[in-house]
Amino acid sequence: MTMVEEPITIIPARVGGVEVELPLGSTVLDACRRAGADLPTLCYGPTMTAANACRVCVVEVEGSRTLVPSCSRKLEEGMEIRTDSERAMHSRRLVMELLGSASELDRAGPDLERWMRQARAMSGRFGPAEPETPRVPPEPGHHRPPDTASAASVAEPARVEDELYVRDYGRCILCYRCVDACGVEHQNTFAIAVAGRGFDARISTEFDVTLPDSACVYCGNCIAVCPTGALAGKIEWDMREQGTWDESRQEVTRTVCSYCGVGCNLDLHVQDGRIVSVTSPHDHDVTLGNLCIKGRFGWMYVDSGRGV
Amino acid sequence: MDLRDLLDQPTSTERAAVDDLLGSAPSGWDGGEITPLDGHVAYGGHEARARRHLLLPALHAVQDAVGSVSKGALGYISTRLTVPPAEAYGVATFYALIDTRPRPATLIHVCDDIVCSRYGAEALKQSIEAEIGTPGATTSVGGSNVGWVPSPCLGQCDRAPAAMVHRAGTGYQNVAPAQLATLTGLQFDELPPGLIHQDRSTLTLLRRIGVVDAGSLDAYRSSGGYETLARAITMGRQDVVTALETSGLRGRGGAAFPIGLKWRGVAEAAGEEKYIIANGDESEPGTFKDRILMEGDPFAVVEAMTIAGFATGATKGFAYVRGEYPVAERRLSGAVDQAREAGLLGADVAGAGFAFDIEIRRGAGAYICGEETALFASIEGLRGEPRQKPPFPTEHGVFGKPTSVNNIETMVAALAVLDMGAEQFAAIGTERSTGPKLFCISGDVARPGLYEVPFGTTLRDLIVLAGGLREGNEVGAVLVGGAAGSFVDGDTLDMELTFEGAAEARTGLGSGAVIVFDETTDFGPVLRRIAQFFRDESCGQCVPCRIGTVRQEEALARLAADRPLGTLTDELGRLDDLAKVMTDASICGLGQTAASAIQSAFRLGLVGAAR
Repeated sequence: MTMVEEPITIIPARVGGVEVELPLGSTVLDACRRAGADLPTLCYGPTMTAANACRVCVVEVEGSRTLVPSCSRKLEEGMEIRTDSERAMHSRRLVMELLGSASELDRAGPDLERWMRQARAMSGRFGPAEPETPRVPPEPGHHRPPDTASAASVAEPARVEDELYVRDYGRCILCYRCVDACGVEHQNTFAIAVAGRGFDARISTEFDVTLPDSACVYCGNCIAVCPTGALAGKIEWDMREQGTWDESRQEVTRTVCSYCGVGCNLDLHVQDGRIVSVTSPHDHDVTLGNLCIKGRFGWMYVDSGRGV
Repeated sequence: MDLRDLLDQPTSTERAAVDDLLGSAPSGWDGGEITPLDGHVAYGGHEARARRHLLLPALHAVQDAVGSVSKGALGYISTRLTVPPAEAYGVATFYALIDTRPRPATLIHVCDDIVCSRYGAEALKQSIEAEIGTPGATTSVGGSNVGWVPSPCLGQCDRAPAAMVHRAGTGYQNVAPAQLATLTGLQFDELPPGLIHQDRSTLTLLRRIGVVDAGSLDAYRSSGGYETLARAITMGRQDVVTALETSGLRGRGGAAFPIGLKWRGVAEAAGEEKYIIANGDESEPGTFKDRILMEGDPFAVVEAMTIAGFATGATKGFAYVRGEYPVAERRLSGAVDQAREAGLLGADVAGAGFAFDIEIRRGAGAYICGEETALFASIEGLRGEPRQKPPFPTEHGVFGKPTSVNNIETMVAALAVLDMGAEQFAAIGTERSTGPKLFCISGDVARPGLYEVPFGTTLRDLIVLAGGLREGNEVGAVLVGGAAGSFVDGDTLDMELTFEGAAEARTGLGSGAVIVFDETTDFGPVLRRIAQFFRDESCGQCVPCRIGTVRQEEALARLAADRPLGTLTDELGRLDDLAKVMTDASICGLGQTAASAIQSAFRLGLVGAAR
């Protein structure tokens, strides 16, 4: 069998006046990054189809009335792109401020921290965030009037339902990545979806039943794509709550999962001689960062103290 | 996919409601009786998944029958349609008119939107609250459990205050003007489409409303109906599209896109499977023109859609009717049935050798579903979330196929183009805004209602046509284009009502809503109601709109309570910042216009400190 490679068409475009050339099918984001722009992204994940929801990556494209989401817009020949126009920078800052005003972002990682610092984003400018309240069933089209003292937030008690993982939805930015990973993008389990509408939309199982009562298979592939720490392994979440989680003290060892013949790569994150989390490399072309329950959670016997 | 079913079982009523729509379950795999054969044969695959588009109709069926969708009913629907329960729940909880929690058998939706709240809705709400209790509470009235909830605009602004009553097992009905006694007496007559104050013989788009029996194909035909289809067939596909291009007819739903370009796009798009959608999901506060057309001249909508099918090569049409318009839904369904029986829809339309048929889809309380890409999602059985364009619907529309979405009024205006000739049509109005146009005038005028005028009529003349202001008051401001439009003040009354004239006056014609406020108006509550509307109707997909609409409403609430965060200037700056991000970075028109009316009110100094 001979492999016939499609000829790659290269198209030119300009980012902030800088000429770039990329293969046809690239995104505006690819072009911006090629030109050296440090554009923020949140709902965009390299292993998934862009959800195009958060709008934190918007840029200006000549001829377009509104700003363009760079993650999902395909690059066209001769596009004139500007990442640093006042309009684009304003919208990117506001998106980060709005997200920060409604969700807890302190576990969203160093990238977002840098982007917010660079943009001088101030999430506190909309008032103190409303305190945590238990989730109520959705009532689309209706909401309580604002209380004039606080900024509505998504804060709700973290769901610690089992020893495998925690759903801490007060950190959720509704980026759709967990839903897509659970669904058509990766796992095809469809245990969770977005329910409710508008600001009251939340990630939910049917009728908000607990995960064991849902279709969830505990693969944890939602954890692997969550950008804000709203979904986390139980051990990691506990350590973060206790303030003992410290990535600088962690060693990552790559190995191969021993459970079946697929041979998924595992990255064992070890802190103080104890496995604290297991991930799979996102750039692996077989797993794309995905694992099953055994690969992701089936190692706890190692530290159980009861031997094998 | 490997679905896990909800374990609750449907009641026999719920099951019957779903089976009425889908037919009884053919096997154990579909939630039916498990037979020995089911152990050997599995049904599934593409065919099973391809029925997802029936999700919203199935939810409606259960909601209509028992008043809410229980776990058992949702589970049964999921199994029947091979939809994951979590996704079905996500869809059910997207719509205001689908309840996933038990509710009283009779639910009264009381409009308290911009117009109704100024014309009796507040008093009505108070009296209902005294009789029934707070929204969500249930009381027994005459042996029936009754509850109520406030509602966004019900499209009855010419006869405010409006209400809509859903009665499980019976149906739903509009009541306007609504009074407590009528509502709790639970006896309603079917409302007429609404009073047309103009002489029908001088009108084009409205000439049959209230004059020709909307329930009879014969009556329609004897008033010239279906002559246009015959003419179109004689002209041929190409000439129909060319005529529409020459006419300059632009969409009447708000985006003002030339219809000829759309039809040509679909006609020339590759592939056999193409769709026509008549967008009757009119939900813009202050708008009721499409309701009146669908209720009063449903055959015209059907005929226009058929011509669209002929011209573009689409064989299937959807008429998407707002979930708050029961009469429109019944009339259109009746018209489709009669047309099909007469051979004017079906495999060989009018013996002319082309196929076209129409399916009616009912919305379920979501303003966003009037946005064309959200409308696709709604028809497909997904949450009504818009998607980014490009790709455009003429290439990638409903079910991923080339689709032309046209507003109901645009459809009816297309008939006028072919009737009077493209040049004649183009001679009406201005160069860039051609033809007759409908305006829905409500608020503080003597004769609110639907008016047909040529493009180019001034706002002042339109108000005069509606009898001028009530009680001889002066104009305070006019909200042109509904909640998504902008205010203009008394100095702008000579603006020409055209697409270009509106743009010049820093507003947009939008859906043709014209809400007049007199000089005594306190605009604070009006703006807060608009902000509340957008916060309620945002789909929640993109951040600028999902959170921006919340922050906008909060800022207005703080200003109203005189509890600003920082100084007044800080608050106005914050509102400005929000307006920019919503306008520039939202996915769709909802977020892009969510700040427009509020910003214009500040600009004109209608509220607080003028800027």
